[in-house]
Amino acid sequence: MAAKVFVYLDHFNGQILPASLETIGAAKTAAAALGSPLAALVVGPEAQSVAIQAIQHGADEAWVADAAELKDFRAEAYATVVSKALKDAGAEVFMLPATSRTRELAAMVAVDLATGVAPDVVAFEVKDGKLLATRPVYAGKLMTKVMMPQALPQILLIRGRVFPRPEPDAARSGPVNKLDAAVGTVKSEVLGYKPSDGGVSLTDAGVIVSGGRGVSNNPSLTPPAEITDEREKEIWRAQKGFELVRQLAAVLGGAVGASRAAVDAGYVPYSFQVGQTGKVVSPDLYIACGVSGAIQHLAGMRTSKTIVAINKDSEAPIFKVARFGVVGDLYEVLPALAKELGSRLGK
Amino acid sequence: MNIVVCVKQTPDTAATVTVQDGKVSWGDAPLVINPWDEFAVEQALRTKEAHGGKVTALSLGPEAAKEALKHALAMGCDEAVLVSDPAISAPDSLVVSTVLAAAIAKLGEVDLVFFGRQAVDSDTGLTGAQVARRLGWPSLSLAAAVTALDPGAKTITVARMLDEGRQEVKAPLPAVVSVTKEICEPRYPSFMGIRKASKAPIPVWSLAEIGISAAPQSVLTWPEVFAPPKIETQCEIVAGDSAVAKAAALAARLIEEKVI
Ligand SMILES: Cc1cc2nc3c(=O)[nH]c(=O)nc-3n(C[C@H](O)[C@H](O)[C@H](O)COP(=O)(O)OP(=O)(O)OC[C@H]3O[C@@H](n4cnc5c(N)ncnc54)[C@H](O)[C@@H]3O)c2cc1C
Ligand SMILES: Nc1ncnc2c1ncn2[C@@H]1O[C@H](COP(=O)(O)O)[C@@H](O)[C@H]1O
Repeated sequence: MAAKVFVYLDHFNGQILPASLETIGAAKTAAAALGSPLAALVVGPEAQSVAIQAIQHGADEAWVADAAELKDFRAEAYATVVSKALKDAGAEVFMLPATSRTRELAAMVAVDLATGVAPDVVAFEVKDGKLLATRPVYAGKLMTKVMMPQALPQILLIRGRVFPRPEPDAARSGPVNKLDAAVGTVKSEVLGYKPSDGGVSLTDAGVIVSGGRGVSNNPSLTPPAEITDEREKEIWRAQKGFELVRQLAAVLGGAVGASRAAVDAGYVPYSFQVGQTGKVVSPDLYIACGVSGAIQHLAGMRTSKTIVAINKDSEAPIFKVARFGVVGDLYEVLPALAKELGSRLGK
Repeated sequence: MNIVVCVKQTPDTAATVTVQDGKVSWGDAPLVINPWDEFAVEQALRTKEAHGGKVTALSLGPEAAKEALKHALAMGCDEAVLVSDPAISAPDSLVVSTVLAAAIAKLGEVDLVFFGRQAVDSDTGLTGAQVARRLGWPSLSLAAAVTALDPGAKTITVARMLDEGRQEVKAPLPAVVSVTKEICEPRYPSFMGIRKASKAPIPVWSLAEIGISAAPQSVLTWPEVFAPPKIETQCEIVAGDSAVAKAAALAARLIEEKVI
């Protein structure tokens, strides 16, 4: 029987993203409910090895496209391949992990196939043969159910760290077929690539330690005499503070985040920002240090499993969403906490 | 350069948004220009300031959306156009992109179209790429910087911010660029700008005027909107007579509760 349910595997340098594996799990559920096998779509370099992993994680078959024009991810080119594959197969459901590449890809495929996209899906059910997806809107202040009653395929972008990751089974096998990889002329050209300074990616992290404006607030720290500008002094202090944040994150094997105030003041780059206009994260543990808990910040971390707040001000709104709170100066609490956890966890 | 910037009107991000009998309400919170779109407007203005030309702000929405366009005019856009038609209701991104693409085509020889990263009400972030696909233009999304722009050679290069790092991409014009907030700091409208904007005429185009005879229909439906389940948290303030004691107590609780 031909597969009607397709899952897209986002990968980078041949590495499958964790969110891709979770999406296999989600798509497997949909496939079972619709009585269809699950087909994986893999485009780009190392597609073959990614496809084999996809099958080991639950896909029944895989379709791969690998050609010179597909070396770098370019949404235009990838969309052409994916749209054709879905159309030829008469796909009814297409799930992708929600990553920085796939939103644009899904958007273009939807235009090609005149169908809809439900982004950031956190739950779904199958009702009368159709998917009914749930997703946040208004920065998570509301939830909406989304449906595509007529259009096919129903495209869902699955939010990371929501669905469980299936266990791989090395014994699983299935056919890996070639897709039509012709994309014609692609207008854009990737000139170069600069990876970020490693570390754990915010959206995949199980633990996040975040710093806010409070991280620069340590008047007893005296910047070197050559720094005279007040703003430079503040940034210098913030760097000391973020070093403490980083140390705690390192002990917990977690990533470092920040509030917008910390980003806007130049303490850390924008890529660290958590919140409505930054990244939306949902780790098992989120430790907010010197973050007041503005509604726009909460929009990005509210669904974390356990929230810990460390703040000088016992009235700070962050305590309203926290499970554990420490009222105190982060400059004193963080080193002590890192030390204590370090020795308890044997690090 | 002929530059277009697409702006949407949305409720203020600080608004308390509630739902009753399926109807979404943000109380008396103001409707504003989508915050992400302020970055798009700023980048459009800087592009014009560096290379000449004009910037047109474009929006699809009800008559009230003119306020968002006025904000764009007050920031310094030269012209604004509202597309409004009673035949459009609850448009999904497929509909919005159809309409915006048609309006852009009507604006003539456009070189660059700027979009915000996403609308803060629907949080979809699909429209820019969809407009690009419809026009057959390259889409440069998540742009954190325009690193080169050559109006003579008609090329643009942007640095895109991906989860794993920065990617530099070059594309021929015309192109669609969707910006992130890293790209620039939006200016505040000047007093003069606000005065000028309040007097500026904003033409309203119907679907027929942009060459769409039958109103496009949404393929999405939203059968249910609801408030998320309240996360019941009772914050346990960890006690101790010093910061070190508090830290030790917190560590103990986190381990006890199997958080780590
Ligand atoms: C359109 C829009 C979008 C936005 N998007 C985002 C977003 O994506 N993410 C985001 O975070 N914000 C966002 N904001 C900004 C948000 O409204 C807040 O301004 C911001 O989150 C405040 O950051 P903060 O908590 O670090 O700073 P503050 O509110 O200044 O809080 C600092 C906190 O640190 C505490 N503190 C100070 N010194 C110490 C110390 N030594 N030890 C312990 N605690 C200390 C203080 O008690 C205070 O609670 C947005 C705003 C708007 C208008
Ligand atoms: N109704 C609209 N009118 C004009 N521009 C819009 C409209 N809706 C969305 N956009 C643009 O598309 C971007 C992405 O929006 P969205 O895909 O709805 O999240 C926004 O930041 C705007 O630049």
